[in-house]
Amino acid sequence: MKTLATSLLGAVALLSALWAPSGFAQEAEAPIQLLLQEHAELIERSSRRTIGPAIDALAASGLPEAQIVLERWQAREMWQNEETGLFVYAEEIDRDTLRIFDFATGAEIGEVADDDYDQLKPNGGIRAMIGAALVQFQLADPDPETRSTALAAIERDPEASHLSALRAVIEAGPDPEFADKRARLERLLTIRFGETDAERIEAIEHFAGDLGVDVRAALNPLVATRIEAAETLPEGEDIVGAVAVGGDALSDAAAYDLLVAADLAPPRIGRDDKRAALIANIDGGAVAGIEVASLSTEAARDMAYAALAAQGVVEPVATEAEVTEALATHVFYERYVGAPPAVAWAAAAALSDIETRVGLNQAVDLTLDGLSLASIYFLAAIGLAITFGVMGVINMAHGEFIMMGAYTGYVVQLLVPDYTLSILIAIPLAFAVTFGAGVAMERLVIRWLYHRPLETLLATFGISIALQQIAKNIFGTQARPLTAPAWLDGSLVVNDIVSISYIRIAIFVLALLFLALFLFVMNRTRLGLEVRAVTQNPRMAASMGINPDKINMLTFGFGSGIAGIAGVAIGLYAKVTSEMGQDYIVQSFMTVVVGGVGNIWGTLLGATMVGFLQKGIEWMNPSNTLAAQTYMILFVILFIQFRPRGIIALKGRAAEA
Amino acid sequence: MADVTLSPGRRTPLALRYPSVMIFLACLALFTLGVTVLAEGFGIGVISTSFVKTLGKTLCLCLVALAMDLVWGYCGILSLGHMAFFGLGGYAIGMWLMYARTEIIVAESLANQPLPPTPEEISQGIATQIFGVVGSSEFPPIWAFAHSLPLQLAAVVLVPGLLALVFGWLAFRSRVTGVYLSILTQAMTLALSLYLFQNDSGLRGNNGLSGLQNLPGLDHVPQSTVSIWFLWASAFALGAGYVLCAWVVSGKFGSVIRAIRDDEARVRFLGYPVEVYKLFIFTLTAVIAGIAGALYYPQAGIINPAEIAPIASIYLAVWVAIGGRGRLYGAVIGAAFVSLLSTWFTGGQAPDVNLGFYTIEWVNWWTVLLGLSFVAVTLFAPKGIGGLVDLIVDRRSPDRHGADLGPDEGALREKEAER
Repeated sequence: MKTLATSLLGAVALLSALWAPSGFAQEAEAPIQLLLQEHAELIERSSRRTIGPAIDALAASGLPEAQIVLERWQAREMWQNEETGLFVYAEEIDRDTLRIFDFATGAEIGEVADDDYDQLKPNGGIRAMIGAALVQFQLADPDPETRSTALAAIERDPEASHLSALRAVIEAGPDPEFADKRARLERLLTIRFGETDAERIEAIEHFAGDLGVDVRAALNPLVATRIEAAETLPEGEDIVGAVAVGGDALSDAAAYDLLVAADLAPPRIGRDDKRAALIANIDGGAVAGIEVASLSTEAARDMAYAALAAQGVVEPVATEAEVTEALATHVFYERYVGAPPAVAWAAAAALSDIETRVGLNQAVDLTLDGLSLASIYFLAAIGLAITFGVMGVINMAHGEFIMMGAYTGYVVQLLVPDYTLSILIAIPLAFAVTFGAGVAMERLVIRWLYHRPLETLLATFGISIALQQIAKNIFGTQARPLTAPAWLDGSLVVNDIVSISYIRIAIFVLALLFLALFLFVMNRTRLGLEVRAVTQNPRMAASMGINPDKINMLTFGFGSGIAGIAGVAIGLYAKVTSEMGQDYIVQSFMTVVVGGVGNIWGTLLGATMVGFLQKGIEWMNPSNTLAAQTYMILFVILFIQFRPRGIIALKGRAAEA
Repeated sequence: MADVTLSPGRRTPLALRYPSVMIFLACLALFTLGVTVLAEGFGIGVISTSFVKTLGKTLCLCLVALAMDLVWGYCGILSLGHMAFFGLGGYAIGMWLMYARTEIIVAESLANQPLPPTPEEISQGIATQIFGVVGSSEFPPIWAFAHSLPLQLAAVVLVPGLLALVFGWLAFRSRVTGVYLSILTQAMTLALSLYLFQNDSGLRGNNGLSGLQNLPGLDHVPQSTVSIWFLWASAFALGAGYVLCAWVVSGKFGSVIRAIRDDEARVRFLGYPVEVYKLFIFTLTAVIAGIAGALYYPQAGIINPAEIAPIASIYLAVWVAIGGRGRLYGAVIGAAFVSLLSTWFTGGQAPDVNLGFYTIEWVNWWTVLLGLSFVAVTLFAPKGIGGLVDLIVDRRSPDRHGADLGPDEGALREKEAER
């Protein structure tokens, strides 16, 4: 019957070909056209629910033209002749004219008016299905980019049909460029869609210890379980084990609901339903003879409901005692429902192995995070370690110097559009600006207040409030971006779990550089020698020809300048706002106090401890960075109890200064 | 006069030992009377209710400044945590205000139901009303006493007091002093405000407590009357606080705490338990701050964690410093002067200054002015506004023949006990 229809159609097509103008020739008997005609009805209807067989037939036909058909169809370039029903693909020349091509030969047929042709307009759902079917052709495409896209498409949205397509391609010949990826994808697809348990288990075992997210995504559905209830624990390969009632996995209420659903226990009633039932049965100011006014406790309502049940007005429900008993006499267990038991057990074993490795890698990742946070705190605190630790001057405006450095970077970026160049300019400029501000502050305010630390603290607070408000008045309240150069974008990815952004590596390196710079200046230069001399004994230093005023000024400027550079670094990874200094000032002081005043190694240890501690607490309670900071501060307060002078305490006379 | 103070066996009346008490109480009484007469509630209505509330709030701020002066100006502990105690007092009373008012509303709405409500339903209703904004409908454990006014009033005193006691014990025991202590108290304040900012802290997180100006069960009383009540209560608390502080600093105890401020090591060597004295003052002032907060926030109407942020405590220190620390009336003058001025500037009432190339809008520049004037006061006028009184009565620091006055040059030493 079908053959007859096809040949009839063919005859019609032949006739129409005869009528057509010169150059209009279409091969109606070509296999691809016949195939299309066979499914013409489905294709014309173009419904997502019914189109499946047509696409599958095309994909499975093995005809080389099928790929072109699918591509054109997907691109809405397939047209159908209204009279003959033959399919062609076409380019629209203008609103009314088409240039049509034959599927079978790819040859141009000619230009025609579009009145005779209907465009096929597959909707988004169908186009996606066509796309999935196209994957198998794209896998064998000579263009590597197309092959890569096809592999990515499978990875993104795997389907059962991809497995055979992929295997066919692998058998057809090696592809050195994507060999690994193809093999990996084939195994992943086997895990999901493999026909025999043996091949699935083999594929699972092949992934032992693999950290890829894709592996876990493939394995997790296999170990899906369902909790069921029974009188006794049933035997069976797919039984995972009993579940304790009242734990995290299964609450009392949920367990009882399971019993009710399995018809193992009578239902019980919620407060709201009970209340509704009572209200529905109010009769002359009383429910089952109990005064409505007395129903103001749950116990009274229970009694009234029981009375109603005794009258047969409402369904009897389980009492609390019955519920408890039912829970005690039944056993709850988990059953694998995601895969055949053997596969599920293999997947569970593989997953637990992977989880161990994931845990180890997370620890590594956490360490990296802690290290990068520690280097940020170190950067923020090192300037403070100089002014507070070496000079004993408390500078509450230190955070505002960080902010000034960051805003300097922002202004430089406004003027110099090249990000690499602008950062290179911004760093020395930020140092210069904050050095100047620090020297000015020391000359104008702080030197009058030496030996009056509380008043220094207050005066610098005043400056801090003023600077913050000035910044707000100039730059506004919204955050300003400080963009890192392109070579700092992205991150160093070790595997799917361990990764660290380049910017954090840069900050870490910067912190090390500053440590080296500080050690060099303090231990190897004339300035450092004089600073240490003035710190230890200003009068003796003065009598040796050192000008303590000048040294104090330079030291303060140096500390402030480092804060400015830290501001640029911090601005690169966080936003620049007028309040950014506030975010770091308390942590910086914590770092210096925890580490021990007057010792750079102490500051380093303090920063490490504070940074790791904060990351550690965040890890325990990842949703809540506020809580992490709270607990970190509490910890520091307690820590001060045991080491009031910090991790590295100065001893002897210097400690009294 | 010093010999009068130290004469053994005979107790001189406080008013004589500390003359500013009588003057202060008289001024406060006159002020309260004047505001009452001029306000809408009972008087001729020249002053608006909102301004009466501002004045009432200012009195509370004066009270907490008094506490700050006692702990910093007299005992030398620069605490940057007293506004946290102030906020805790506000939260304690705010919990009851919010609970009781919501209870009335919920009870009204449930009264029309066919069945009388059970206690569980009422509690559920209140919890949903209060904690709906943070996505919860259950009472956190810290609200266990919110239904009871006496217990929450006790909390106003006990919560700040206990926190100060524990914190102070830990800090003083390990000899954390000076700037370290300041930073540590600031850290405590920061930790507390960060904690309260969380939604699951049980105090509505960022939203804070609101609607506190409505006293439960007193809906029929107009706000103009309520504001006068609170003004009276605040004035009474300030007066009582002043007398208490004057009493604490005037006797031998006062001499010891001033000595601790000036040289802690010497006092310790003289055999005084320095830590106990400091702990007492720290805890006492925390309690005063808590009471001040409990009176302040019903007038403000809303409390949220931002009020507890460290910057608030720093402003408190600014008020005391500008007013003149080491003298009780200095703290009151500073707090009243700066906070009223601040309200005037930030309220947009101050006229803008046109410089031709730039217009100074005080809403934006007031903070800058405050910060810089604070620096100026620290540098040039360590006695603050209170120093003007010395000029008027021509009283100077004692002539020590050029010897250094010790670590705190701004202090008045033995003379300050007398006024």
